[in-house]
Amino acid sequence: MEYMGVEPDRLHFSWISSAESTKFVEVVSEITEKVKALGPNTHYVKKEAKVA
Amino acid sequence: MIAYTDKVRQIARRLLEESRVEMVIGFRKGSQPMMNEPCFIRKAEDADKLVWDGNCGINLANYLTGRNEKIAVFAKGCDSRNIVTHIIENKVQRDKLVIVGVPCTGMIDKRLVASRTEGEIESVGENADKVVVKLSDGGSLEYDRREVLQGNCALCVHRNPVIYDELVADLVEEQTDVDRWADVREIEEMDTEQRRRFFEDLLAPCIRCYACRNACPLCYCPTCFVDESKPQWLGKGQDQIDIQTFHFLRAFHCAGRCTDCGACQRACPVGINMRLLTKKLEKDCFEMYRWEAGMTLDQRPALDTYKPDDPQGFIK
Repeated sequence: MEYMGVEPDRLHFSWISSAESTKFVEVVSEITEKVKALGPNTHYVKKEAKVA
Repeated sequence: MIAYTDKVRQIARRLLEESRVEMVIGFRKGSQPMMNEPCFIRKAEDADKLVWDGNCGINLANYLTGRNEKIAVFAKGCDSRNIVTHIIENKVQRDKLVIVGVPCTGMIDKRLVASRTEGEIESVGENADKVVVKLSDGGSLEYDRREVLQGNCALCVHRNPVIYDELVADLVEEQTDVDRWADVREIEEMDTEQRRRFFEDLLAPCIRCYACRNACPLCYCPTCFVDESKPQWLGKGQDQIDIQTFHFLRAFHCAGRCTDCGACQRACPVGINMRLLTKKLEKDCFEMYRWEAGMTLDQRPALDTYKPDDPQGFIK
């Protein structure tokens, strides 16, 4: 995905067991922070037709 | 390679006469120069239709899926690797195939020859190391064969078939001094925004004809994700986002399976080099898992196996 030009911080992979609630919170917070820092994704967004 | 034609005909005739196969898949002359087309022969007397030269770039492994009869197929290095992939993926059975290996010295890039040549090309012939172009005004031109090879053929390191029952000719020498990933590395060195723009520009001319998908031996799904309407994964129009999504996803579907046969690029009517996408995946598979698709029947593909020491730096 990075090779195609998607920002590295926009896509995250993690392995979290159902018992690892603290890790889940940590990972989600970290991802949210990083994605917020990048701002909304303006590329790869399809413009829908204005008239239905 | 031009000398292979007699041997190709001879083998096809013998296999059909001895009823070892019901059908032979090879190439015949196309209606235009440099456009040989796949040819399906069922009778021994038709074997003389077959030819073999530097214009047999189409991947014949594409025509093996969904068939029940016993088939003989002529296979270059890349075709044979795709046949191995088909066997591993249970799309064909080994015992239903007679694989006739064709040691290959590369296929001619029809676009390159056409762009280098001024005037109308009437016919294109070749000898050992020259490509001879005859023009409609009576003139003729010669190119060094190595200079007009398809991009993937010039960088090919598996010219000899990896699996075969018999051979058309002696094995050829493999290339060793090639840098296979130079173009991929160039893109990797760009920054994110440059890469995004690069692929935007690369894919912009696409007309969504799906010739690349149809020419690809890996694309054998009964309903391709782009044709699916329930759910509709992808818009059907010329929206650039849909076009890019199609190419990116198609490349991903070929991850660890692509042999860089070049059929997609060859089939593209607007000359898009979509191999830049599949080659990146090929490079990653090779660097991370030492995996090259279709080299052996005895090993499961990279994306089909798990090893505790698989690279996993991207997982947090």
